[in-house]
Amino acid sequence: MAHLLRETPSQTVGPFFAYSLTAEQYGYPYTSLMNHAMVSDQTPADYAASERIFIQGRVYDGQGNPIPDAVVELWQADPQGHYRLAPIGPRNGQPGFTGFGRMGTGTLPDGQFRFTTLKPGVVAGANAAPYINVTLFMRGSLRGLFTRLYFSDEVDANAQDALLNSVDPARRHTLLAHREDQNGQLTYTFNLHMQGDNETVFFAFAP
Amino acid sequence: MPDLDVHPPHLYPAYKSTILRSPTRPLLLVPEHLRDVSMPVFGESVLGEFDHDLTKNARVNGEPIGERIKVTGRVMDQQGRGLANVLIEIWQANAAGRYVHKAEIHDAPLDPNFLGSGRVLTDAEGRYSFYTIKPGAYPWGNHYNAWRPNHIHFSVLGHHLEQRLVTQMYFPGDPLFAFDPIFQSTPVPARELLIAQFSMDHTEAEFALAYMFDMVLNGHRKTPFQ
Ligand SMILES: [Fe+3]
Repeated sequence: MAHLLRETPSQTVGPFFAYSLTAEQYGYPYTSLMNHAMVSDQTPADYAASERIFIQGRVYDGQGNPIPDAVVELWQADPQGHYRLAPIGPRNGQPGFTGFGRMGTGTLPDGQFRFTTLKPGVVAGANAAPYINVTLFMRGSLRGLFTRLYFSDEVDANAQDALLNSVDPARRHTLLAHREDQNGQLTYTFNLHMQGDNETVFFAFAP
Repeated sequence: MPDLDVHPPHLYPAYKSTILRSPTRPLLLVPEHLRDVSMPVFGESVLGEFDHDLTKNARVNGEPIGERIKVTGRVMDQQGRGLANVLIEIWQANAAGRYVHKAEIHDAPLDPNFLGSGRVLTDAEGRYSFYTIKPGAYPWGNHYNAWRPNHIHFSVLGHHLEQRLVTQMYFPGDPLFAFDPIFQSTPVPARELLIAQFSMDHTEAEFALAYMFDMVLNGHRKTPFQ
């Protein structure tokens, strides 16, 4: 293999990211390029028939306490299974559906995060089940953590999914978001556990 | 061949918060064919006029206090190819070592003209630069007399998911390196990669000292952008 440059090492996001990474959510005087709304209030016409969903959950530490200073990012395909390729912007414009969201866990009760989005479609050729990429940063985490959210009501598709099938069957449930219909809102709950019996399966991209 | 293992471990007990917040089981390697090829892209139009200048973007009634500096460098993949249009988000303490954050308790002054947030996009060659105030050291609660070396936080959105990086840039010769478990968590040979270099070439006469900080993101595959 050719000579490769060494990567820049990861460092923790620390406790004080909010006034830059999630400024508007926390009420700091700085604009945010992304937040918990991954789709505009008006569903774009192309996706009008698609399911508008909420993704909510908490991140729990090794003692089972919710973590109030984590930042969660979601990145997903649109309802037709396509990742957004067009640049996001302009500033303060109507981005329609971005498929990218970010939320800090310090603004809702007990460290909750809650995103609004559209249910992703299946990415052609890549996978058999719809999913969302989840990235997690927090104080006390020296490296970003990557996992995937699958949907509990996609039983047949999940059974075909190559990555999900590579996970120890006893741990697969940690990747499932559970569907609940709350006041007519289609809500999926996805809790992350750093440790313990329900420790979330995290993924790596390099050995 | 340099040692490519540059990242800190998930668990580093001297940094106490890792004890209850790090995974205990091995991570599962994602096969290359199941990785996503793209991350969201942000257009130049998303940036505000002074997003790249932390000495100007929160001014109320004057210049922020402290040593004005320029930070510049290149973002590239492991083959040294510049990565264009990468979003770099920035945050830091002020010159006195105080964060604006509401949970900050360090008894040092806030600066009414400094927020400490910024962002830039890399150009076609992967280059970026921004102006700011050199951040001060600050104490933290990890252990008795714990102080963080001067540092600037970076969040970097590369071209693929595995190029999503959060890191911190340090300044050369900081006497606190030897005492900081976050810096020390990095494998010894890789620590130098976190330290910016003073650059007389980029220093702007009568205006600002310059520091160079290149960032290398995971990956050496074909770039998805032609
Ligand atoms: Fe810091």
